[in-house]
Amino acid sequence: MIEWFERQIPKIVLAPSFMAVLVFVYGFIAWTAWISFTRSKLLPNYEIKGVIQYERLFAAPRWDTAMSNLFVFGTLFIVISMLLGLLLAILLDQKIRTEGALRTIYLYPMALSMIVTGTAWKWIMNPGLGIENMVRGWGFESFSFDWVIDPDMAIYAVVIAGVWQASGFVMALFLAGLRSVDEEIIKAAQIDGIPHWRIYSAIIIPSMAPIFLSAFIVLAHLAIKSFDLVIALTGGGPGYATDLPATYMYAMAFSRGDIGQAASSAMVMMGVVFAIVVPYLYSELRAKHD
Amino acid sequence: MTDLGFPQSQGRNWGHVALRCLLFLLLGLFALFYLMPLFVMVTTSLKSLEEIRTGSLVAFPRDVTFEAWRTAWSGACTGIQCEGLRPYFWNSVILAIPAVLISTLIGALNGYVISQWKFRGANLIFSLMLFGCFIPFQVVLLPMARMLGLMGLAGTIPGLIFVHVIYGIGFTTLFFRNYYVTIPAELVKAAKVDGAGFFRIFWSIFLPLSLPIIVVTVIWQFTQIWNDFLFGVSFSQAGTQPVTVALNNIVNSTTGVKEYNVDMAAAIIAALPTLFVYVVAGNYFIRGLTAGSVKG
Repeated sequence: MIEWFERQIPKIVLAPSFMAVLVFVYGFIAWTAWISFTRSKLLPNYEIKGVIQYERLFAAPRWDTAMSNLFVFGTLFIVISMLLGLLLAILLDQKIRTEGALRTIYLYPMALSMIVTGTAWKWIMNPGLGIENMVRGWGFESFSFDWVIDPDMAIYAVVIAGVWQASGFVMALFLAGLRSVDEEIIKAAQIDGIPHWRIYSAIIIPSMAPIFLSAFIVLAHLAIKSFDLVIALTGGGPGYATDLPATYMYAMAFSRGDIGQAASSAMVMMGVVFAIVVPYLYSELRAKHD
Repeated sequence: MTDLGFPQSQGRNWGHVALRCLLFLLLGLFALFYLMPLFVMVTTSLKSLEEIRTGSLVAFPRDVTFEAWRTAWSGACTGIQCEGLRPYFWNSVILAIPAVLISTLIGALNGYVISQWKFRGANLIFSLMLFGCFIPFQVVLLPMARMLGLMGLAGTIPGLIFVHVIYGIGFTTLFFRNYYVTIPAELVKAAKVDGAGFFRIFWSIFLPLSLPIIVVTVIWQFTQIWNDFLFGVSFSQAGTQPVTVALNNIVNSTTGVKEYNVDMAAAIIAALPTLFVYVVAGNYFIRGLTAGSVKG
């Protein structure tokens, strides 16, 4: 009996976490999915009414703005962070004596809360007293930089702050990747007289494909979940100009009292995340089992 | 270390020097880009409002004053209350410490089971947990709000601790599992032959080996929980809000004159704990960031 119990200990230890994940992740997703097919308003109503919430969602101009903002923000945020991160990693890889200090400087924004980042950039980009005022003070009287209050440009202000925060992280990923490339191959290429830039473009960068994928997944994930940054920087405004799906969902859930809409928008967000993450996780897990 | 030193031949020396100068110029410019917001935050927080209105964004303060820091810490208004960040800062502290410790301990035990005491289905459970790391939390906000209400934890700090532990387990398990998986299975086998049990092996063999991964996990969890805003704003009420929520309320409060120096001081105060951890243990911080994505 005691021996049997001994053998069950690993299962007993893992059981609470397993139950927690089943209930609080999968059960909750199921609950949200269920609610997204009902007419729930302020309180949940469990009577299934079909896809009415999704019809409302896709007909809502505000959701339309949120999705196109996600597309614009996500694309620019990912592409710029990747390019900047790669550039920084390559620059840092040139036997720089101060590498440690520079790396610390490039990466520290990642330790900050997005609320802090948003607060700082909101002040820096303040039209009256920030960069605009500074450059005008230098004598460029007609200089204008009012992106945070311009509905057409505000989303790009969010991109700037996002890139500032996340690009150092991409740099760290790429730097680790550059360091893990087989030295022998590089030495051989150098002996063959292959120019420096060719070694990067033809040997090192292609061999880092998995790291590009990881960086992409992490950045895409950050972009879709971005909520704090927009709240702190623009509050979703001006108007709804910088709404993202995450802020739309929050507004429906906690200020509009429309939990049917909140649930359906959350389900769409999850769909977008899974479309990106599932193939990645699947290949990762399969590679491990092989 | 990729060995890509430039060719040492004398003929290309000038080109080499020019390239190195360009390299350092670029590195320096980027360093300025990353440091500028921190510099602006610090200098702005030390200026008077008068000086902010008349001076330049990037100028050093003429008359250094700590008035804004005092206000941010103990006088700034977050809506109706005007107690500054102090109570919320402590909320974050008493919220983060237990949440970090509990989720790290659970992660260590889970990782130990999944890597060393495999049973049928253990891998499936791990995959399910890993999956949970990637969901957008919006999809659990509504049911969690109801669940906390049912448990009598709505709007309380224990409620927030519970939420952070639940959604932290996936990552902490991942960290420890990836670390323990490199420890050869013979170690457990040998210990079992010597009569040691599950907990004894964990306590006397695995935990002493785990210091680096414990540091990585604690730093990761602390950063995540301290910087969290979504859970904080969704599941707290006046008085139990974490520091990030209070900061956002201070900055976006619409009453009175906008005190940019107070906003900046408050932002720095909210950032100090994680910045401190980063400066002291930067390498562990980086390892956490990359472990979560590279080894996934």
